[in-house]
Amino acid sequence: MKKKLTNLLRREFRFLARPLNLWSRLLLLAAAATIATALFYPLWKMHLVAPQYSDGLDLFISSYKIVGGGLHGQHLVEINNLNHYIGMAPIVQADFLEMRWMPFIFGLITLMILRSVVFGQMGNVVDLFVVYCYFGIFSIGSFWYRLYTYGHNLDPHAPMHITPFTPLLLGTKQIANFRESSYPQLGAYLLCFSVLLIVLAGWFSRKEEVAA
Amino acid sequence: MKAPTRYLLTAISIIGVVSLNSCGQKSRTAQNERAQNAQDTYVAPGEKDEYYLFYSGGHSGQVFVAGIPSMRHITTIPVFAPYPATGYGFDEESKKMMGDYTWGDVHHPGLSQTASKYDGRWLFVNDNANNRIARIDLRDFKTHQILGPIPNSMGNHGSSFITENSEYILCATRFSVPLPKGRVADPKDYEKEFNGMVSGIKVDPKTGEMKVGWQILTPPFDWDLGSTGKGPSSGWAFWSSYNTEMAHDVLEVNSSQKDRDLCAIVNWRAAEQAVAQGKVQIMDGVPVIDPAKTPGVLYFVPIGKSPHGMDVDPSGKWIVAGGKLQPSTTVLNFEKVQAAINNKTFEGDFRSIPILKYESVVEGEVPVGLGPLHTQYDGKGFAYTSMFIDSNITKWKMPPWTDDEKKDLNKVVLDKVPTHFSTGHLVVAGSDTAHPYGKWLVAMNKLSAGRHINVGPAQPESSQLIDISGEKMKMVAEAYTEPEPHFAQILKVSEIQPIEVYPKEENKDPDAVWDKSATGVSRNGNQVVAKLTAIRSRFTPDRIDAQVGDELTVHVTNIEQTRDMIHGFGLIENNVNMVMDPGETKTFHIKLTKPGVFPYYCTNFCSALHQEMQGYLVVSNAGQPLPGAVYQNAAPGAAPTATPGQ
Repeated sequence: MKKKLTNLLRREFRFLARPLNLWSRLLLLAAAATIATALFYPLWKMHLVAPQYSDGLDLFISSYKIVGGGLHGQHLVEINNLNHYIGMAPIVQADFLEMRWMPFIFGLITLMILRSVVFGQMGNVVDLFVVYCYFGIFSIGSFWYRLYTYGHNLDPHAPMHITPFTPLLLGTKQIANFRESSYPQLGAYLLCFSVLLIVLAGWFSRKEEVAA
Repeated sequence: MKAPTRYLLTAISIIGVVSLNSCGQKSRTAQNERAQNAQDTYVAPGEKDEYYLFYSGGHSGQVFVAGIPSMRHITTIPVFAPYPATGYGFDEESKKMMGDYTWGDVHHPGLSQTASKYDGRWLFVNDNANNRIARIDLRDFKTHQILGPIPNSMGNHGSSFITENSEYILCATRFSVPLPKGRVADPKDYEKEFNGMVSGIKVDPKTGEMKVGWQILTPPFDWDLGSTGKGPSSGWAFWSSYNTEMAHDVLEVNSSQKDRDLCAIVNWRAAEQAVAQGKVQIMDGVPVIDPAKTPGVLYFVPIGKSPHGMDVDPSGKWIVAGGKLQPSTTVLNFEKVQAAINNKTFEGDFRSIPILKYESVVEGEVPVGLGPLHTQYDGKGFAYTSMFIDSNITKWKMPPWTDDEKKDLNKVVLDKVPTHFSTGHLVVAGSDTAHPYGKWLVAMNKLSAGRHINVGPAQPESSQLIDISGEKMKMVAEAYTEPEPHFAQILKVSEIQPIEVYPKEENKDPDAVWDKSATGVSRNGNQVVAKLTAIRSRFTPDRIDAQVGDELTVHVTNIEQTRDMIHGFGLIENNVNMVMDPGETKTFHIKLTKPGVFPYYCTNFCSALHQEMQGYLVVSNAGQPLPGAVYQNAAPGAAPTATPGQ
């Protein structure tokens, strides 16, 4: 039993010490480029349609800003104006602390990728994958909590009283006269793709032998 | 059964079947036709019309917009009369534009043109009653300028005729008076003391801003209707007249004596040149050309009889005058007009103005029927004339005619469609451009004579939509257009893109406020100024304090940037109702004469909490401000000082 465990640990150690071949390093570079690109595209979009807003109102969320659709981001102004009837706090970028640390974290991850390219060890890729996944899940959780906060801290003096709610993070649902759709955008897809690239980078070097 | 009876019964049954059958067929055909017409004009909920119909509202003072082919009234553009529905005539800007008048008589709308084609920028309309011209901007469908009363002009009926590149709006006077206006003379001395005028209203090519350019003094004929030249007749304009007799009383009889009236042929390029050369006298601030002293500017041509419309065709070669009191239209050939001018083929002169020899310029008189008024063109070689007395639209073939046709011009009259009733103006889509859209014709009828559901003695006017795309005209729809259409313009919807909100960055009003923190009421002496924002569903501030004897100025900015979020500001018992479109600031000014608390409220339904969108104007007695009165910057001793409303 003890021997089995020792073997496993040794295999694990050897696996983490495997060098990254050229393909893996190129894939990692591609992942870095993908993340950098993702920064410039919206990660998420919320689309609200009501009879009076047949063209819909849009909110675009990217890593560092939140903007409304329409001319000069007018849709955000409109959404806030409508929300004041139910006592929801205005959605302002300053409230999204995520938008301050997210670009920083993306930079950090990009640096970790470049470090893996240079150091060239399977262990680096595993580190990268774990940190990246943690960051991704934390961000989504944080974003969900933000939505929860907006939907649950309603001014009791507002003209209309509605049951506190959490705006939908993913999917489509009816809220009063609005049909809300919330879906990831190009930025998010690029980030997912970069995760895939990182996994592939590890996969391609899974059988590389440690040099003697 | 006996044989004869059997035969008889058989015969009866056959006849019965045949007649039943034909009856059924007839009603089926009628049914199909109705279904087809309905389909051609039906614009289903959510669908849009293909054309705008801009029709004048006559003495309502307004312009109305309908859609074609649905003929539905879509909006009203107030011009010369107050229109509380959009707050027009209540805020300072529109009040100032309307001047001292609260009505006008809108006649002939004219779309701006570039290269004889609608350019979709402006719509100009004339006021027959108070001698004015207005410009509507098609970017926001609002009146932006009213020019006038035009000096030396009385009865601005013969306008608004736009030149090929919107250089000028040309106008001619319906009435003659002693000039300059304000001079008094006995109407008995009409011939000697009275004069008419042709005016060139200059249009700024960038802004559309109008100003009086120059005028041409004319004998005291009553100028009626006209049009501007294009192509070969570029630089010219034409007007009919109905009082060459120069009668000053019982015109019905006395101005209808001559078989032909002298119509005007004006070389407006020559007039422009004469002004540049200083061949003018200044009358009431306007350079006026005396055509007797400046040859080449004005010519006359005799046309029968008391003619009404004088319409240039899309090629610019033919000019058709509606005979009104004779059963024909007279077709002038502009090439012949030019030849007659060059060769001096005159049959005399009137006050030194040459009269072109009738026979030398006329292509023919087309026997269209009784009471021909106006003619429009489809650009495919056909003309459509409204028959006031016969009550129909007559389609006829334009020249060139074959020798056979020339011998009997009855042969060029092709089709007639009855109208209900007594059509005045008619419009074919784009007829006054070089490239008409054709397809639709709208007949604007003067009488409806009980054709509608009964609404009492004030009978409405109808307009009828006629499909002219086929060989035969087809009446397909009718609508009861707001009184009283005198001519219209048809513009393809796809040719313009009007705005839906006023962009915030374009609002240059110095009194606009966009943020709650900038709103408030200030007081200086007896001047109280309130700056408000309006947004769903509140005014900020919702309290204005003032005193009897104060001059109150209120600026309201609608800070919405969402389409159709329009707010009104109605002030009870003070005759104030402003309506602000999204992004717009409006101002009113009143002197407060009575104490009391006067609610103000949003008049234009905006939101679920529209009813709650209200505030109070508190007018306390002079010198007795309420202790709680709220001002931003009270002058010393004027009133208690406090910070703006929370």
